[in-house]
Amino acid sequence: MSLIKYESPIREPLVDGHKTYHDVTEDICHTIEAKPTRLWYIGFGISVALLLFGVYSVYREVTYGIGQWNVNRTIGWGWDITNFVWWVGIGHAGTLISAILLLFRQGWRTGVNRAAEAMTIFAVMCAGQFPIFHMGRVWMAFFTLPYPNTRGPLWPNFNSPLMWDVFAISTYFTVSLLFWYSGLIPDLATVRDRAKTKFRKHFYGVAAFGWTGSTKHWQRHESLSLVLAGLSTPLVLSVHTIVSFDFATSIVPGWHTTIFPPYFVAGAIFSGFAMVQTLMLIIRRVMNLEQYITLGHIEAMNKVIVLTGSIVGVAYLTELFMAWYSMGVYEQDHFFKYRIAGPYGWSYWLMMTCNVVSPQLFWFKKLRRNIAFTFIMSIVVNIGMWFERFVIIVTSVYRDYLPSSWSIYYRPSIWEIGFYLGTFGLFFTCFFLFAKYFPVIAIAEIKHVLKTTGETYKNDMEGLEKMTDEQFYEVTHHDDHHDSTVKVAQH
Amino acid sequence: MSVKKFVVGCFDDEKVLFPAVSKVRKAGYKIHDVYTPFPVHGLDHAMGLRETSLHTAGFIYGLTGTTTAVTFMSWVFTKDWPVNIGGKPHFALPAWIPITFELTVLMAAVGMVLTFCYICQLAPFIKKHHFHVRATDDLFVMVIECTEKTNEEELKNFMAGAGAKEINVQVAETGWWIGRYDREQQLYKEPSVA
Repeated sequence: MSLIKYESPIREPLVDGHKTYHDVTEDICHTIEAKPTRLWYIGFGISVALLLFGVYSVYREVTYGIGQWNVNRTIGWGWDITNFVWWVGIGHAGTLISAILLLFRQGWRTGVNRAAEAMTIFAVMCAGQFPIFHMGRVWMAFFTLPYPNTRGPLWPNFNSPLMWDVFAISTYFTVSLLFWYSGLIPDLATVRDRAKTKFRKHFYGVAAFGWTGSTKHWQRHESLSLVLAGLSTPLVLSVHTIVSFDFATSIVPGWHTTIFPPYFVAGAIFSGFAMVQTLMLIIRRVMNLEQYITLGHIEAMNKVIVLTGSIVGVAYLTELFMAWYSMGVYEQDHFFKYRIAGPYGWSYWLMMTCNVVSPQLFWFKKLRRNIAFTFIMSIVVNIGMWFERFVIIVTSVYRDYLPSSWSIYYRPSIWEIGFYLGTFGLFFTCFFLFAKYFPVIAIAEIKHVLKTTGETYKNDMEGLEKMTDEQFYEVTHHDDHHDSTVKVAQH
Repeated sequence: MSVKKFVVGCFDDEKVLFPAVSKVRKAGYKIHDVYTPFPVHGLDHAMGLRETSLHTAGFIYGLTGTTTAVTFMSWVFTKDWPVNIGGKPHFALPAWIPITFELTVLMAAVGMVLTFCYICQLAPFIKKHHFHVRATDDLFVMVIECTEKTNEEELKNFMAGAGAKEINVQVAETGWWIGRYDREQQLYKEPSVA
């Protein structure tokens, strides 16, 4: 029994329905044990088809060279790096939810963190493809690794932001993967112990690493999660900061701005949460998890979206202000003639509408809790965020120092688009497999918060609030209140 | 690793489990372990387990990463192959901050996870004795080790009195072995429950 008599009416239950521990296991594991639905096969089939098209596009690029894309000497980065930054940005929400919200003690993260972390890992996998294949001679990619080689040994340039990126992205991927998998181990053990078929017993037996649920192991597991969260928090901020350094440390007008790191990080969280919304709204519907991913969860994420969207908006305006205020003629021309106007002006205004104007609608509670509206907005935001990167990359370079090399008519080739579609294929192939074969919600974490945030608890609290102080004392201070161990339990 | 005899009591509510743990400890029985489906906060203290020092290990791994990155990059750029990059200093500490930070995090995380797996003896293809399959679902399974002095019947009655819903006696291997979960590979069969 709780020692607190009052419960804030603002806090909604995190788990709806009067669930027992076994109900939680049952609700989350039943999709793993059921046969895939037709819808799943169709979605998976489309994803694999996209992936194969992507593989063919990459094959063309590797065989015939970067000329398969329409990037040119002026616009060297084009769609490729746009897609890279976009995917990395999406890959930020998972770690934000699982790490930063863990440190901030936000209970609602438990419903969405597992799927968001998986999304992070798959998004970073997709992101990594772009700079690697942009190298052109992709078979030389290992030259970025600092290993004792026969070329001197000649080391990579550790002072280069592009080199920092190699370290940042690979560290981020590794740490996210470890964080995600160490959280999965106890839940995989739950699936293993329920398994009926031979294959499932073996597969989940291997995957669960022989987890037993021992108290000592849980104690270490908690410590591990907390420290990994503590490490991931600065890590997730550093990764997009370093990605922004790719631009900010250059001397190209439009890139050379000190606001880039916080602006990129806010944008990353913004687009990441939008992607989490897209996926969660589908998952909760298809897998009948509405009681775990509640309207409260969706509203909380929409609040993050409106906050980060506004930060991004302030950053856009700051850039314009600084261009004007700096009196730098190239900076001014760049922003006011080439970016918000000019042949690519439409992309700037599309970005402004999608990222700054439309998320403001989330100030209305009705819209924050409207599922259809949230779904549409989540896609609008991600379109806007793709155009943000396109604007930054293309509009900063298409009119460079020599008017003779200006390039106004950059259009991606089909293989450039194919590569992008291919990463969608990779992302959704992985996500479909994850959603079918892994527990999409952290079972143990839900059970952990069930008694303090579930609907049953909330109803009990209403009863407590009506009591007089004497009655409350009677109920809460029962016979073993002098027992020290019970006090520990109530913490 | 050894084979031992255990009395196993299953509880379905952590509110009953906590007083039971203290009663069992006060009565002088040796708790082998309590298996729970989720981390029950305070249970480790109630059982008298000491705090884990995994985070200290993580700190040391992190420092190793920091030192490795800084020493390696300074060696490369000042001793092994000093490249003149626009006349900038060879010892460019500010430019090394990102990589130093990333390596710190990487080593701390990888080191901690490997240490965690090692001290908890977790790895693929490892098999352990599970006292109850529902220990990962909704039961809190308290396992008490029997010594030669233990009176099994008395202990079982004691557990029932403490609120255990299901009680049995098992002989089990306490360590791990290489095995598959789809095969019957218990190293020692449980004796018929008395």
